[in-house]
Amino acid sequence: MVAEIKGWNREQMAQKIAGDIPDGAYVNLGIGLPELVANYIPEGREVIFHTENGLLGVGPSPAKEDEDDELINAGKKPVTTIKGSCFFHHADSFAMIRGGHIDICVLGAFQVSENGDLANWSTGEPGAIPAVGGAMDLVEGVKTIIIFTQHTTKNGEPKIVKECTYPLTGKGVVSHIYTDYAVIDVTDNGMFVREMAPGIDFEFLKSCTEAELKQY
Amino acid sequence: MINKVAKTAAEAVADIFDGATIMISGFGEAGSPIELIHALIDHGAKNLTVVSNNTGNGHIGLAALIENKQVKKMICSFPRTANSIVFPELYRQGEIELELVPQGTLAERIRAGGAGIPAFFTPTSVNTPLAIGKETRIFESKPYVMEFGIKADFALVKCKTADRYGNLLFNKTARNFGPVMCMAAKSAIVQASEIVEIGSIDPEIVVTPGIFVKKVVEITHPVSENQLIRENRRYPW
Repeated sequence: MVAEIKGWNREQMAQKIAGDIPDGAYVNLGIGLPELVANYIPEGREVIFHTENGLLGVGPSPAKEDEDDELINAGKKPVTTIKGSCFFHHADSFAMIRGGHIDICVLGAFQVSENGDLANWSTGEPGAIPAVGGAMDLVEGVKTIIIFTQHTTKNGEPKIVKECTYPLTGKGVVSHIYTDYAVIDVTDNGMFVREMAPGIDFEFLKSCTEAELKQY
Repeated sequence: MINKVAKTAAEAVADIFDGATIMISGFGEAGSPIELIHALIDHGAKNLTVVSNNTGNGHIGLAALIENKQVKKMICSFPRTANSIVFPELYRQGEIELELVPQGTLAERIRAGGAGIPAFFTPTSVNTPLAIGKETRIFESKPYVMEFGIKADFALVKCKTADRYGNLLFNKTARNFGPVMCMAAKSAIVQASEIVEIGSIDPEIVVTPGIFVKKVVEITHPVSENQLIRENRRYPW
């Protein structure tokens, strides 16, 4: 029997992303897994979190009794404000995004292609209700797009592919991919593996990745 | 004398007509003008086109308006949220139309509509299925998609504080689409938790200038959408 490949767990992935966010960055975290990143910003760094429904300076989740229906994040979950936070309307919020004022956005993915195309809003299934939210604005406007995802689907199919088969969110928009197996940089010269999780080697990584991977 | 104060929600929505385009503020369960929407349900205007980020929650507010078959088309960015039950069902049955718009494009189309800008170019949705059939142009060697401004006959908006001129202050992330929707509607109808005397709002902190607002109605203790959903309440009660 083949030993089970473990790789990094979600918390370790979040910690790895957080460690690469520089002091002073304005950061938007996508709904779900990316929200974990906020828990691991290294001490001494000041990072301001943006949520597209109109808040800069998102703080930690409140205690149950302090939840406020009118203070939520883009995932509709209750949040708090930090000192120095501010509220604004949706058009200003997306001016921050589209206008290139947000430094980093961390998003999930269905698929990422070799040239940095991202598919994360629709699997294109017939009968599915289409919904897009702010994903397309974020990928076009934010300077650095980081993808936080499992390396493969639940069935073991590659999520890092030659060409996305799902409808695109944006073309050539992804800068870095953090998976349970590796950290991958998407460059003009292709995908380069920056780091591999303990127990993962390059041959194994290639075997579960459809896109061509290169080593620095 | 300028007095935009309506006595009741029913009086505030009385002019809404069949076939109107109505913008409704709110994002998830924050900022939706539930009392105004319920007044619109009582009023009964039909064949409405509604512009709102989501499609309502549970069986109250916008979801109840849709369930009551008053809406023929939704223009929104995220029609299926955790608590959205009514819209997906009707959509699958082909009983309601959907125009899906990326969230930032939706906000900007509304802002543009209110600012007298008929159309604009945005990088959002370039090379995706949502750009199909739309004019694209290259600026500074990057492709952009043309999007049209949206104007509405009415807006239904929730805020925290208003005065009789229609100057508005909002509450936290319940502000969301409210300010731009007030701009883009011929007649913005606003429910406020309090209506205060002229002069008691500091001009430096007014969020929506009264010129964008047609009517305000005081709803001192607006319902909690979250709580009504937890209790599985329906409108009409």
